[in-house]
Amino acid sequence: MADAFKFKTRHHLIELLGRKANNLRELLYGIKEVPASSIYYHTHKFLQQHHYLSPEPPNDFAFWINNALTLDELSERFASIDTIQFNKINDLREAFMKIIKNYLKVSKNNMHCQEGEEFHFMSCRTFIFPTPYSADNLTEFIEILNKISIHSLYFHVFEARLRLERGENDFSNWLEAKGYEALAQEIAKLDPYTMTLEGLRKKIIQMAVKHVSH
Amino acid sequence: MSLIEEYIPITGKDTIEDLYLLAERLKGKVIQNINSTAVGGGVAEILSRMLPLLKDLGVNARWDVIKGNEKFFNITKKMHNALHGVNVEITNDEFQFFLEVNRRNLQDLDLYGDILFIHDPQPIALIEKRPEIGRKWIWRCHIDFTKPKKEVWDFLYTYIQKYDYTVFSAPAFSRPLPIRQALISPSIDPLSDKNRELTQEIIIEVCERYQIDMKRPIITQVSRFDYLKDPLGVIKAYKTVKNHVDCQLVLAGGGATDDPEAMQVLEEVTHEAGNDPDIFILFLPPSSDLEINALQRASTIVLQKSLKEGFGLTVSEALWKAKPVIASAVGGIPLQIAHKYSGILTHSIEGTAYWIKQLLNEPDYARKLGQNGREHIKNNYLITRHIRDYILLFLSVDQNEDIIYL
Repeated sequence: MADAFKFKTRHHLIELLGRKANNLRELLYGIKEVPASSIYYHTHKFLQQHHYLSPEPPNDFAFWINNALTLDELSERFASIDTIQFNKINDLREAFMKIIKNYLKVSKNNMHCQEGEEFHFMSCRTFIFPTPYSADNLTEFIEILNKISIHSLYFHVFEARLRLERGENDFSNWLEAKGYEALAQEIAKLDPYTMTLEGLRKKIIQMAVKHVSH
Repeated sequence: MSLIEEYIPITGKDTIEDLYLLAERLKGKVIQNINSTAVGGGVAEILSRMLPLLKDLGVNARWDVIKGNEKFFNITKKMHNALHGVNVEITNDEFQFFLEVNRRNLQDLDLYGDILFIHDPQPIALIEKRPEIGRKWIWRCHIDFTKPKKEVWDFLYTYIQKYDYTVFSAPAFSRPLPIRQALISPSIDPLSDKNRELTQEIIIEVCERYQIDMKRPIITQVSRFDYLKDPLGVIKAYKTVKNHVDCQLVLAGGGATDDPEAMQVLEEVTHEAGNDPDIFILFLPPSSDLEINALQRASTIVLQKSLKEGFGLTVSEALWKAKPVIASAVGGIPLQIAHKYSGILTHSIEGTAYWIKQLLNEPDYARKLGQNGREHIKNNYLITRHIRDYILLFLSVDQNEDIIYL
């Protein structure tokens, strides 16, 4: 029998890496060399800061390529990277690098941004700590999911899967161990990157409620 | 009810609960803030607001001030300007005097903190005591650091690198350093006079006092009368818009009456406004927080067309009031506005005029920008986030990893 699900939460302290990019080549070298926590930060910042928006703004790289370099097509390619398909940050890093390399091969356009619009590489330190909540069964799980902070929801869905590289979100892992394989799979199939965090909370609760009544 | 709990209706209970949980981990640690002035200036204002809240949470945060004479503060003022990129010369004697004052303070000051949180350049050389007493040291830079003059940067660098951590307010201030750098943005206090909810009666009263017509669109910029805030550019943008859409312009702000530059800017602004009865130039005294709050709330669109900016907290103030904001992409403003999502970023007078017209003609889109802006400020630029960042910073000085389990 699986243990109780202990809800955790997390907060970030944003760090500056003292490194910036003026053009695509510098962006490429930066993406190649910065720590994984920086790639994670730049692909998830909007999710955390603008979690009320749907559709959400794209990742920082796409946003900068569009706004500072005005390369719409390239920006679109960056924005449409399907983050949910990646289980490791370094694979995501490679995907970004490949897009820029391919672009530079064809266009040779290493456009510079205006002064003051440079891309500043940042990173984050993640602090994970327990909340007072734990669930022994699906009913309690739903009840708590209704009241935990969005930071806790974010941690178990996004952070656990990609930043901690657990392969799957924490809810699905626990539900599967509890014998709710179908529900676990339903939640794992969701693309949480395409909804607001409140929308995600509602969706998971709706799915779970159906399984309680069965 | 404790002071910190008064924020629950705004931020939600979970935000304050998280602060308590985090603060608990700092039990037994003393945080000693050190700066150069107890009153006046941004740092003193921030510390006066934050310390009572940190204490409410159970954090043992204290505050000491270094002593300096007029000569010392003249030198630090020059350093401040040099960090802004102004061409000033600081002699070797002046650098030496700066160090001498820091060393004298080291003899008088009791450095009792487990974490020494040093604010701005004035007390930076206190770090010389580190080899003797150890402890954890953080240097917090509150000022614009985009283009520091080389000799001042070189001088400060020798001290900065001896700290455990440095903290900047905007990404553009960061530079290659051998120590960790945190990004901690300033914040607004939603319960202060400048930002708290106002009754419609107060807003109407303020507009009537200045004879501003609330039935017609109001475009407002709140800022000091300073060339770097580009009030003349704002008037030009307004005039372009006025050719096509009826509106009024409010330029509200203060500035010391003994500041010759502010007076000159005010004169030029008045001249540029000419006889247009729809331009309101309001030179307000320092105690005008409520008036500024009311003017922001009465506005249809708020501008911040700065040419250079530290952080530009007036943007957060306006967004907090759910106003559509058009602002320049300088300093910390791009952190507060995601272009076309939570406001509009522009680079020119023409661009500003274009977007004013767009937003006046598309009120639904303008409203959505304002609503998104308010949410963004609620989640990222209120004083409660600022406190959380400080607690996380204090917790992180003992850690090396990027993922920290508390």
